[in-house]
Amino acid sequence: MATRAQTPRAPRKKREPSPTRNSPRAAAEATSKGNGSQPKPNSGKRNAKTASAIEFDRANHRPALITPEQLEKLIATLINDGFEVIGPTVRDEAITYDPVKCVADLPAGWTDEQEPARYRLKKSDNPALFGYSLGAQSWKTFLHPAEARLFAAEKQNGAFHILNNDPIPAVSRALLGVRACELAAIRAQDRVLLGDKYRDPIYGSRRESALIIAVQCSHAAATCFCVSIGSGPKVSDGFDLLLTELVDANGHRFVVEPGTDRGIGLLARVDAKPALEADLAAVESALASAAQQQRKLDTAGLKEFLYENFENPQWDKISARCLSCANCTMSCPTCFCTTVDDATDVTGTHAERCRRWDSCFTQSFSYIHGGSIRTSAKARYRQWMTHKLAAWTDQFGSLGCVGCGRCITWCPAAIDITEEVRAMREGGVRADA
Amino acid sequence: MSSEKKDGAKRKGGSKTGVKAAAKPKIAVFKFASCDGCQLSLLDAEDELLAITDAVDIAYFPEASRAMLKGPYDIGFVEGSITTHHDAQRIQEVRRECKTLVTLGACATAGGIQALRNWKDVDEFIRVVYASPQFISTLKLSTPIAEHVPVDFELRGCPINKYQLIELITATLCGRKPNIPTNSVCLACKRKGNVCIAVARGIPCLGPVTHTGCGALCPSFDRGCYGCFGPMETPNTASLTERLRILGQTDDQLMRGFRGFNAWAWQFRRASEECERK
Repeated sequence: MATRAQTPRAPRKKREPSPTRNSPRAAAEATSKGNGSQPKPNSGKRNAKTASAIEFDRANHRPALITPEQLEKLIATLINDGFEVIGPTVRDEAITYDPVKCVADLPAGWTDEQEPARYRLKKSDNPALFGYSLGAQSWKTFLHPAEARLFAAEKQNGAFHILNNDPIPAVSRALLGVRACELAAIRAQDRVLLGDKYRDPIYGSRRESALIIAVQCSHAAATCFCVSIGSGPKVSDGFDLLLTELVDANGHRFVVEPGTDRGIGLLARVDAKPALEADLAAVESALASAAQQQRKLDTAGLKEFLYENFENPQWDKISARCLSCANCTMSCPTCFCTTVDDATDVTGTHAERCRRWDSCFTQSFSYIHGGSIRTSAKARYRQWMTHKLAAWTDQFGSLGCVGCGRCITWCPAAIDITEEVRAMREGGVRADA
Repeated sequence: MSSEKKDGAKRKGGSKTGVKAAAKPKIAVFKFASCDGCQLSLLDAEDELLAITDAVDIAYFPEASRAMLKGPYDIGFVEGSITTHHDAQRIQEVRRECKTLVTLGACATAGGIQALRNWKDVDEFIRVVYASPQFISTLKLSTPIAEHVPVDFELRGCPINKYQLIELITATLCGRKPNIPTNSVCLACKRKGNVCIAVARGIPCLGPVTHTGCGALCPSFDRGCYGCFGPMETPNTASLTERLRILGQTDDQLMRGFRGFNAWAWQFRRASEECERK
């Protein structure tokens, strides 16, 4: 029953990229590689309808400019339209994504310091609302929930009857503050959970009703490596609105680009003014600063390299440190595995089936008749990393890693995926050897 | 008034489900060296207690009832560790009387907090504490039930989680495998949306090596996990110890950290002894 990642043991033949097989969204992506591409709408349904509007908008209109007061109005408008607005806020000494009601809920003047196994929330002199790099947990929390009841059943006259087989309709959510790597992660989950014949209705309903307000990064955390992966720092598609926050001598303001009809409509309702040349130049300079990243992951030939290196000595070294605690998979914005549990009540007349996030770091994950097949931490870490950086490409046509660095920050044992790949490449079998 | 009616209807409904009095499984609860907290978890299951008593016959439960029916029992719950010669014999009799034997909590599964004596001279304690030490007869070690008799299932925790107990009873009555995961506390903690207190605040936390089941209770209240559910399925205590040292824990603090309610569980025992040696 569980949705499980494929084991990379037997790499399958690479699928031909076929736009007809994939969702329109995936097809749109296939044609929009690279940062300078035109924005693409984030939903297949909206694609045909809005593409021309965006082209028109891009060609004839400058990006708009809004003030923090107009952002307040934007949030109020969304709430008024029935959206639950989820945005960055300060909770438990970290930036988290939680329901927000107004600009005052956003983490003005807060930033984060991230390094392996260490996260610190810091006060900064900059009053920016989005001056942090990434929230502690990803948007997966809202799109692919940690727990979901699939159905309940009652025993009546000796037989079980399913009470509700439909997922509870999701609240429409506006996701405020989605970064480039996070959009890449949402696209990755789209391919996994919606991109094939079997669509996940829980993810699907949440995803399709979500409105996305992306925010450009203005700096990178020490754990960021989206540049190496090619998923950032610049947001180029997949949003309804895209904000770039500017705080300088010209004041505190946001350059806004719409990505869909909905976005254009929202901008009109907050009376956005056109942005000036100077503002657009400031956007480019913020992005350039976000592209300065300490961490790098050499992805050239990585899939072949990992398939050749099942016996690399580095796996044993990782195994000595890996806690198998599953924090990396829980924090990862693309990890999608779930387990399904059935529960009954004491009388045996009521039963429920629930789905929960699972992790390839548990013993039960690879339990088959006779026992668990990945008993060592070495086997489990190897499964996880090889899936992210190699097998995912065979399965879904992209890397399973977006370079957000959460697995580095939130690993209590400070295991750094970029460092492990580097060490493995230094001591490993070369793919071309 | 209305709630009374509702309860009545519920009970009626319960008996309608076909659990005939004659077919009711007999349940017994036995106590060894322990604080009674785990037994109380059963009584604490207020919402489910009536349904449980409808479904089973509580045949022997001295803490809750004067009725003491003789064995054999279908399910025997054992709380507490073995600390006396008398208890070491009694657990053999208990095992003989119970078709399924389940241990409840840290004392019964790992020796409990009283297993701290296992590193000390018990005779010295007796001399210091008791006015007439000649009347005290005790073993040098506090040991878990599974060191004495075969155990069918071990419920972890100090105390156990009542929902896990209900799940175990329910699963046993239905003849299915209880849904009681054995991975780290971190899964439950992250699923809850908690921010990791070890990473974000440097609070020492045993969550990564500790068995899940509490619902990540302590980290949800800004406290580090202190391992009251004992070691998880594959605990890498050496790696965690290394990290906790970086967070400023001394060897003495680390030794004490692992020497809690599950001190005698072999993985925690080994970890604490390694810290003690340093």
